[in-house]
Amino acid sequence: MSRDADSLFRALADPTRRAIFERLARHGEQTVHAITDRAGVSQPMVSKHLTALKRARLVRCRRQGRETHYQARPEALAPLVDWIGDYGKFWQDKFDRLGDLLERMDA
Amino acid sequence: MTTPEPTTRSVIVEKEFPHPPEKLWRALTEKSLLEQWLMKNDFEPAAGHSFTFRMDPVKGWNGVIECEVLAIEPCRVLAYTWGALGLGSVVTFTLTPTDTGTLLRMEQSGFGEHQDAAYNGAKWGWQNFMGKLEGVVAGIA
Repeated sequence: MSRDADSLFRALADPTRRAIFERLARHGEQTVHAITDRAGVSQPMVSKHLTALKRARLVRCRRQGRETHYQARPEALAPLVDWIGDYGKFWQDKFDRLGDLLERMDA
Repeated sequence: MTTPEPTTRSVIVEKEFPHPPEKLWRALTEKSLLEQWLMKNDFEPAAGHSFTFRMDPVKGWNGVIECEVLAIEPCRVLAYTWGALGLGSVVTFTLTPTDTGTLLRMEQSGFGEHQDAAYNGAKWGWQNFMGKLEGVVAGIA
């Protein structure tokens, strides 16, 4: 697994974090307050989750007045999709090795 | 070798080998042979048997793949769960005799929540997320 996919998996491994990301992906930009209203956890917790998502580059933010607005970066999910696609290459390589093994085995 | 219908949700690899199904079956189900082409393992050919495959650890991952045998029909079908980093899937091998050997089909599908207690799959809750992933990714374009 690539390092990109790995950090992505870890960022998305928390259900609350994933829910925040999904909501941003579906409904567009939201303020920290709006996110907190729906997240079911305290604002400090929401901020912690947003920081983790930001570190994985799954969200970007901008300040406007007193409010920070967050926006999803769904393109950051690409390594995850690639990782599943990588399994195709993985199994093809393994099948090649299986072919070699079958040649070496007794009938 | 072909990989028909590659999607985000399943991986299919097919290859015809010039060997009888019985020989392929041994390579799929005997620990030492399995290790030679796939990975170190403690596989046993029994439904319900839990086992692991071990790859070299990488940063952030111990390289352990948690599995459980789901279905076993000698020389025909072998299926087991495949769970790593909380993301589970099912690997199914199907063997079909041909005029000159055996067609081996591997389908890995159902990428989603891994139920294994060791990985606490339910807590990670991948199931819904992977279901929606395609939609999210489709929205990128």
